[in-house]
Amino acid sequence: MSDEANWVAHPEWQCGKCNVALVVRQVNVEYLGNAFPANLLKCPQCGNVFIPEELALGKMVEVEKSLEDK
Amino acid sequence: MCQAACPIHVDARGIAREMAKGDSAAALALLRKTLPFPGIISRICDSPCQRACKRNEIGDTIAINALERACVNYGGEPTDKPRVLPKKSKRVAIVGGGISGLTVAYDLGRKGYGVVIFEASDKLGGNLWQISRDELPAEIIRADIANVTNLGVEVRYNSLVNRLGLNGSSPKLAALRNEFDAIYLAFGAHTDDSFEVERDANGKIKVDPVTFATSMDGVFAGGGVLWSVDLRSSIQSISEGRRAGISLDRYLQRVSLTASRVNEGAYTTRLFTNTQGIASSSMIEMDDPVDGYERDEAIAEAQRCIQCECMECVKDCEYLRAYERYPRKYIREIYNNLAIVKGTRYANQFINSCSLCGQCAAVCPEHLDMGEVNQNARREMVKQNRMPVSAHDFALRDMEFSNSDKFAIARHQPGTTTSEYIFFPGCQLAASSPANVERVYADLRARLNANVGLMLGCCGAPAEWAGRDDLFQASLAQWNEQHAALGKPKVVLACSSCYRTFKKYLPDVEIISLWNLFEAWQLPNVQPNARTIAIHDSCSTRHESQMQDSVRNIVNRLGYKIEELALSRDKTACCSYGGVMWLANRDLAEKVVQRRIAESEFAYVTYCAMCRDFFAARGKPTRHLLDLIYGDDNWTTQRGPDFSQRHENRARLKRKMLKEIWSEPLDDPAEYESIQLKISDAMRERLDHRLILVEDIQRVIAHAEKTGRKFLNRDTGHWLASLKPNAVTYWVEYSAQGEAFEIHNAYSHRMYVEEQPQ
Ligand code: SF4
Ligand code: SF4
Ligand SMILES: [Zn+2]
Repeated sequence: MSDEANWVAHPEWQCGKCNVALVVRQVNVEYLGNAFPANLLKCPQCGNVFIPEELALGKMVEVEKSLEDK
Repeated sequence: MCQAACPIHVDARGIAREMAKGDSAAALALLRKTLPFPGIISRICDSPCQRACKRNEIGDTIAINALERACVNYGGEPTDKPRVLPKKSKRVAIVGGGISGLTVAYDLGRKGYGVVIFEASDKLGGNLWQISRDELPAEIIRADIANVTNLGVEVRYNSLVNRLGLNGSSPKLAALRNEFDAIYLAFGAHTDDSFEVERDANGKIKVDPVTFATSMDGVFAGGGVLWSVDLRSSIQSISEGRRAGISLDRYLQRVSLTASRVNEGAYTTRLFTNTQGIASSSMIEMDDPVDGYERDEAIAEAQRCIQCECMECVKDCEYLRAYERYPRKYIREIYNNLAIVKGTRYANQFINSCSLCGQCAAVCPEHLDMGEVNQNARREMVKQNRMPVSAHDFALRDMEFSNSDKFAIARHQPGTTTSEYIFFPGCQLAASSPANVERVYADLRARLNANVGLMLGCCGAPAEWAGRDDLFQASLAQWNEQHAALGKPKVVLACSSCYRTFKKYLPDVEIISLWNLFEAWQLPNVQPNARTIAIHDSCSTRHESQMQDSVRNIVNRLGYKIEELALSRDKTACCSYGGVMWLANRDLAEKVVQRRIAESEFAYVTYCAMCRDFFAARGKPTRHLLDLIYGDDNWTTQRGPDFSQRHENRARLKRKMLKEIWSEPLDDPAEYESIQLKISDAMRERLDHRLILVEDIQRVIAHAEKTGRKFLNRDTGHWLASLKPNAVTYWVEYSAQGEAFEIHNAYSHRMYVEEQPQ
């Protein structure tokens, strides 16, 4: 998950709390003790990280599966 | 089959397999693995294997011996030398250099023993030289014998040990015994009474039929010395030499001669190979019978081999079939998987996809139980901390829910302080048809003439299936504690999985199947001319023939005609709920259910709620036995409750029964439970498929609305929020609709995204 751009632009979503546009930032993700950085959309003010459906059901599941079988 | 019938278990099937591919070198390698004298035997074997060849049911047997000759002819020179162990100090004398003695010399020589062959004549080979040279050319004999002499075996020619004697009458054998650590007598079919070992009435040396030990310590005998001349068989001589060699080795190592020596020599298998549907064919003829098969003739003959395997379990079990391998291979893979320290464990999903239903063991002539193998493998994976968490998580949380105060209770019958019985309906019956739980409880109180308490909860089966002994034991302990607090009453069970769990793990608890009780009772809703139905037995009651009888009795008395499924009773198939297969491998589980419901055109009656719901959800007209007993014979397919409703049903059942039967005040519901949702049917189905519960969604929204932590879609005005109440992070897209919230989407992931500071 780390090297590629994991995000697809989602200009329609903004932070609902801070009312600002989301930005791409490096965020740490972790599964079964394996931590790695990933480029994700998040709110520049409150830091809330946005995980779109296609990422959750696509790449994330894939990585989860492969880590589970390691 | 052939391999069992071969006195030394040559892998004839493997040879045919390799030869069929045209790989005669690989075929020859297989032959050499068991046979020290391939050149000789491939020409003169009397081929007992062929008498056991399954092909003869559908045409001629496979010409196994001729295929072996083709291996030798076309397999080329062996590339690797036979493995020889380091030299040992112990020495063995072999009296007689015929094929049986040569076999012992070969086997023990490779084990590193010092071997000396005493041969009466000036050449090794014994009776082989009496066979016509056309059939067995001298150079073939010499080449094979070189396999022995190349090991460094010493040969003393013209050493007629048995007749020679040192001073004419001295005990020759004893003298030889002094010089050597052990002796093998293989001097062929001569009767010679000059040896001081016991003999039978015909003058043949007496040996133990398994170990080939004679009456004299350290002296063994085999081959022609034991038989009459007309019974001569080279492969039998080799076999006896081999088995005597095993004894000699054990004798020299001072370990038991007799321990675990089964199926040495030829034996008949109980292996079952179904030859139905295979076309009959005759043996391929040789263009030149003297030279044996041409290369392509051999390939054609090998291709006639049907590669016998017992496939009974694979035929009946969709899981085994899906992975397209033979049970023995599976077991090897599971074993390998457990042994992997680093690297990908390809068999994880395979191990977790088994429903642990035991059907394989029931149909297997050898009672090989893949379920047990997989169950143990799962425990081991958990122990090694290598169990994929996502495989069982949802089921384990469902169990946790059932054993939490959301559902679990233990009460005496209202107004009493003791219980003679308790009713334990199990988690899935309560989830699937809470009304039937209420009806049964009322019936039990009315009909049993005794105090009947109630316990709600889960038996813990999902934890057992998941290999989670920790959770399983905790669940049993909790159950035991509650049961003890009620004074250990008898337990009436309605669920098949509970029944199996209790019987296996709580042997001290007295259990009664609900069907046993109903069998003896008057039935309220007898249908005069009811339809014909098929009974689906639960896999967890596979071996409960009494219960199966009770169920059939009840169904009959209710007026239905029963058409038995081909796979019923002890051979029944799992509905895919067993072993948490439905969760660990959802595609396969789908195939399993579909196959089961297609087995009969008749509607099904089940006595497990899970089976009913799985079948009904796929459009199979299915009723639970309790539905029929209580007069609900609406056979139009009604799908059971979804996962959210299953939780709700249990929670509501508890509250309802506590309120109505025990008049107990109810605790306040959690805050999030008051969140009202609007969910379309299509969305419900999506949530169910994604294993997202209404309560998860309520939690996400409650949290988002309280904290304001959510995203806004500028185009649609929808909110998107997430929460991680357990191992899973849930995302919900929603919009406010007055008091309620409409759900537009929901998804989840297990990967943890680090909380970001402000
Ligand atoms: S050695 Fe003889 S009995 Fe054994 S497989 Fe070959 S032909 Fe058959
Ligand atoms: S236990 Fe059941 S599902 Fe598992 S291999 Fe045996 S028959 Fe198949
Ligand atoms: Zn923000």
